[in-house]
Amino acid sequence: MKAIYILWLREMKRYFRSPAQIVAALGQPMLYMLALGFGLGPVFAKSGHGSYVQFLAPGVMGMTILFSGAFSGIGLVFDRQFGFLKETLVAPVPRIHVMIGRTLGGATVAMLQGALVLLACLIVGFRPASLAAVPAVLLTMALISIVFCAFGTAIGSRLENMQAFPLVMNFLMLPLFFLSGALYPLDGLPTALQAVTNVNPLSYGVDGLRATLIGVTHFGLPLDFGVLAAVAVVFLGLGAYSFSKIQL
Amino acid sequence: MIKVQNLSKSYGELKAVKDISFEVQPGELFAFLGPNGAGKTTTIKMLTTLLTPTSGSILIDGLDPSHHQNEVRHKFGIVFQDPSLDSELTAYENMELHGVLYGVPRKVRAERIERLLKLFELWERRKDVAKKFSGGMRRRLEIARGFLHTPKILFLDEPTLGLDPQSRNQLWTHVKAQNETEGTTVFLTTHYMDEAERVAQRIAVIDHGAIVAQGTPAELLAQTNTTSLEAAFLALTGSAIRDEQGGNVEQMRQFARAWKR
Repeated sequence: MKAIYILWLREMKRYFRSPAQIVAALGQPMLYMLALGFGLGPVFAKSGHGSYVQFLAPGVMGMTILFSGAFSGIGLVFDRQFGFLKETLVAPVPRIHVMIGRTLGGATVAMLQGALVLLACLIVGFRPASLAAVPAVLLTMALISIVFCAFGTAIGSRLENMQAFPLVMNFLMLPLFFLSGALYPLDGLPTALQAVTNVNPLSYGVDGLRATLIGVTHFGLPLDFGVLAAVAVVFLGLGAYSFSKIQL
Repeated sequence: MIKVQNLSKSYGELKAVKDISFEVQPGELFAFLGPNGAGKTTTIKMLTTLLTPTSGSILIDGLDPSHHQNEVRHKFGIVFQDPSLDSELTAYENMELHGVLYGVPRKVRAERIERLLKLFELWERRKDVAKKFSGGMRRRLEIARGFLHTPKILFLDEPTLGLDPQSRNQLWTHVKAQNETEGTTVFLTTHYMDEAERVAQRIAVIDHGAIVAQGTPAELLAQTNTTSLEAAFLALTGSAIRDEQGGNVEQMRQFARAWKR
């Protein structure tokens, strides 16, 4: 347990020691919020869906958690390249504890980053339906964070160096984001796109955030939670397995 | 304490370690010498559960590292050849993290961290993050960290690379002391023959993945009819210069070297 804690603490320290990175990570979500939120707002309103800023804010939060969580999982590659990974892998601690510590740390960072984006969205005009939903919002954020951090760990364990990074970005991260319900409503999509968005865990994450934040949902909150929890278990298992197989 | 039989490791066509066998007795200071790319680090990685052997058997204090990974990890400490610090953490935090991972109790931990950081002259800089350190300081920190817990076996993979003579002296004095007072078994690799001559009780020379000679320093001298270990080493391994396998590790080393400047 102490090992899990100290590795979680390490992730926290690394996060809080790079304020520049924290601010930089706010850039992209805010750009989406301002450019798309206000740019597409009039069209969205005309089509009878209401305010796009309201609709988009949970999507942008989901995106932030996806990127932040997955990258901290994939960050394993950096630890491998800079050597610190060895130090944790030869320690007399079950590898699963090392993996859990890292994943919880990464998930906490993703949640903090998501919360920051929520605050920023509040500043540009996003208004949640009620404050009573805060615990449910946090729970949803936590589930999304764990899902994608474990996902990142599973990928990071298999990568040997940073060269594969753009590949992961373009063929995994961006499709996960664009083919979810983050930017557009999931009703009445073409069949192919609908099929893809239906198997994308981020769709359920964003839908869960919308359900808890603005009371709008496509799948229904119970299904969102169910899918997220199930995917979290699968990815944690996958991450733990890949992590246990690392050879240096 | 360490028993290796017919150990091999191949990466596809490349045979990094070929059918080596050796034994290290409890409390022994054992040096594993060889030119660049001879298979030293690969062997250490297999002994320390980081790599699975292709064939052959290893026993660390009676246990097989590929089946009893955790029990085996409890038995040894290691100073790696390549960097292994978290450069975003301070010197103290790096020590602390290691102590927690190795289950050193809080009080003992604080005491030993202070003593070791003072010994390796890093105490004044304990609150600085490791990325601000010079190459030599990072190396000293890694070595200090290696002594934080008291394992049965200590692996030192080229521990003195990039160290000044003062720190080197400090290191070997400390290694010898720990070997004498705690009976720690030491398995070391080095390129500096004078160091091997100074500390090692027994030596194995590995070249192209195979062990070409082993015995006490005196036996090696007698066997090769030479008067210094350096001459014996050259007699055993020839004087051709080796190219190390490139790839990620080499990249990291280059990066680390660039960083040190």
